[in-house]
Amino acid sequence: MAKWRPTVISFLCKWCAGSAAELAGVSRLNYPANVIPVVVPCSGRVSPRLIVEALLNGADGVLVGGCHTPGDCHYMSGNFKAFKRVYLLKKLLSQFGINPRRVRVEWISATESQKLVRVVREFLSELEELGPIMGDVRE
Amino acid sequence: MRVGVFVCHCGRNIAGTVDIKRVVEEVSREPHVIYVVDYVYMCSEPGQQIIINSIREKKLDAVIIAACTPSLHYETFAKAVERGNLNRYMLEMVPIREFVSWVHPNKMEATDKAIRMIKGAIVKVMNNKAYELLRSKVVQKCLVIGGGISGITAALDIANSGIPVILVEKSPTIGGKMAMLSETFPTLDCAQCILTPKMAEVSKHPLIKVYTLSEVIDVSGYLGNFKVKILRRPRKVDVELCKLCGFCERVCPISVPNEFDRGLSKRKAIYIPFPQAVPTAYVIDEENCTKCGLCLKVCPTGAINLEEECEVVEEEVGAIVIATGHDLYPGEKLQEYGYGIYEDVIDSLQFERMLSSTGPTEGEIIRPSDGEKVKRITFIQCAGSRDESHLKYCSKICCMYTAKHALLFKERVPDGEVTIFYIDVRASGKGYEEFIKRVQEEFMVNYVRGKVSRVYRDVNRDLVVVGFDTLTGERIRVRSDLVVLAVGMIPQMSRELASKLRVPLDEYGFVQEVHPKLRPIELSTSGIFVCGTAHAPKDISESVTQASAVAAKVINLLSKGEIVKEPIIAEVDENLCSGCRVCVTVCPYGAIEFVDGKARVNEMLCEGCGICEASCPVDAIRLRNFTEEQLVSLVKAVLRG
Repeated sequence: MAKWRPTVISFLCKWCAGSAAELAGVSRLNYPANVIPVVVPCSGRVSPRLIVEALLNGADGVLVGGCHTPGDCHYMSGNFKAFKRVYLLKKLLSQFGINPRRVRVEWISATESQKLVRVVREFLSELEELGPIMGDVRE
Repeated sequence: MRVGVFVCHCGRNIAGTVDIKRVVEEVSREPHVIYVVDYVYMCSEPGQQIIINSIREKKLDAVIIAACTPSLHYETFAKAVERGNLNRYMLEMVPIREFVSWVHPNKMEATDKAIRMIKGAIVKVMNNKAYELLRSKVVQKCLVIGGGISGITAALDIANSGIPVILVEKSPTIGGKMAMLSETFPTLDCAQCILTPKMAEVSKHPLIKVYTLSEVIDVSGYLGNFKVKILRRPRKVDVELCKLCGFCERVCPISVPNEFDRGLSKRKAIYIPFPQAVPTAYVIDEENCTKCGLCLKVCPTGAINLEEECEVVEEEVGAIVIATGHDLYPGEKLQEYGYGIYEDVIDSLQFERMLSSTGPTEGEIIRPSDGEKVKRITFIQCAGSRDESHLKYCSKICCMYTAKHALLFKERVPDGEVTIFYIDVRASGKGYEEFIKRVQEEFMVNYVRGKVSRVYRDVNRDLVVVGFDTLTGERIRVRSDLVVLAVGMIPQMSRELASKLRVPLDEYGFVQEVHPKLRPIELSTSGIFVCGTAHAPKDISESVTQASAVAAKVINLLSKGEIVKEPIIAEVDENLCSGCRVCVTVCPYGAIEFVDGKARVNEMLCEGCGICEASCPVDAIRLRNFTEEQLVSLVKAVLRG
């Protein structure tokens, strides 16, 4: 039987993390295909609901990629809003039995395609350890 | 809804890794997709023609283009879509090249992912709406706050392009700090000689209205349409009628320290700040005038009106320039250097006044305490600057002006002794290092690297400067007749004014720009710009450069008469809005107002980040074409596969 592989939704802001993903393409870097990008204007646009909906509908992990704090956010403070929201959401998720490590926020500048790939690989192997999200819920 | 999907091969860039045939087959089965087509180069003219014809023939309401990234070809495809008579906001691009074929070599996995992403885009685009570009008229007039060299330069540049300017200055004359200087480094141009012609130009310019003795007390509105309230304090002397005869000044019984000479001379309660002041007229100092009426009796033209009151004027402007400048770090806070204790310890601007041929001593360097000529002088650099207990930052100009002070002193007193205490000499401008070298070598000025611990007066009336020479490791004492503190710069603008303008200040109170490198004169509130020392310590040439840069931005903004803007902004569903105001607090642009218990988005201020939408507890505020429902359905669709 083939090895189980997690599915990840990555919300990437279009200015930094999204541009890094584009650069990863242009630089022909390689990373696993089970990460599906959703490009949003700003990491601050990512509501807790979007993350929860992703986890409820089959994602084993959610990555939120934004511009570096403090000063890189195109919209000044969106990255801080994202950070605070995810911080709170993680506390909430653990109360529902979902491992908070399934949600990850990363600051990736438009030039850091290498970092994007590294983060994706790291996150995927972490999720492989954690196993499918349904396992969390059953416990 | 009739959706068309266009899949690009990008030669072999996409088709080499993604199974195009399978993509077309699977996507065709999606509901509402009525036409799917692939082509080798969708961005080419024949490719674009396929899109245009398909939109017309198949009567498409929405278009998906699975190709490269929108940052590369969005404009190309948006224009093609428009040529097919479809609104450009009904187009979604799926970057299956950068996000898929170029990064995933496994054909099956890459094809699966491409299909998922296209399916996500299909459900999203079904709820896209068509929008037109936002247009707003702008008031073709600019407000400049502060009449120093920065404000003067900005005002002249803007007015010379044909845009009217309102220049607001707090004091009775424009000219700012530069008017107080003797000469300017490194060329030793006389400050008055280069500044006063510009001041005169401002006063005569048909498009510049100058409000002196005035302050901005309220600002509302937004980019292109600001409403400003200006408080005008009474001058009590009619500028037109005053003929500068000076009779009033002679009879005025009140004598107070003259702020223009930094207290080194006295002036009357009716006075003119300096002969070249603009407007060139006397002014009554309301605070010290006793209304004795003597001036009224001697004024030959009846220019004086002691009962004149404050008035508030309202102006509408399209842009605002902050040029509020700086003040000096108060010497009184530097007790260890004896400022405020010994009359012969003065600050650098007082020394400038002493050097000035029109200053209190007519250019003669004397001890303020007894009027004796100065032979020995000590300068203390970084007085307050680069000091954890005072100002953490470098005030940038002090190294240069202290070198200039030393040179000008040596020119007047060739056998005088000059000692300068410094931490580092920072001379990074054009011609600056050469100037410092000249002062050190040609004028034999003694530079001592080290910090001064205290200044005291001994029995011989000498000021003794006690310091530590960090190069020799010795404690040294320097006897002086006069000690000059190179005090640092502090911002002049009040927190109240900053909050009225909705502009952020940094930790020191200087105006915070949007980006230090790429947007150094723009502020987070659109339509407001900063130049000069209101932004950070800087010298005259930098301030002038920045002022001209600001003028270019203002001209660019106002000359067209209207602003055109992307329509992808937030909008409020008033039926759902509960008036909790969370969106008002999270908006980085102050674009959400609270009107009649509901949130209201100012279209011209909203930049379309969507932070408000993610924060709204009832989904009442939505970013156009990025609504919560659209993104949730997109996430569900890509996960369904």
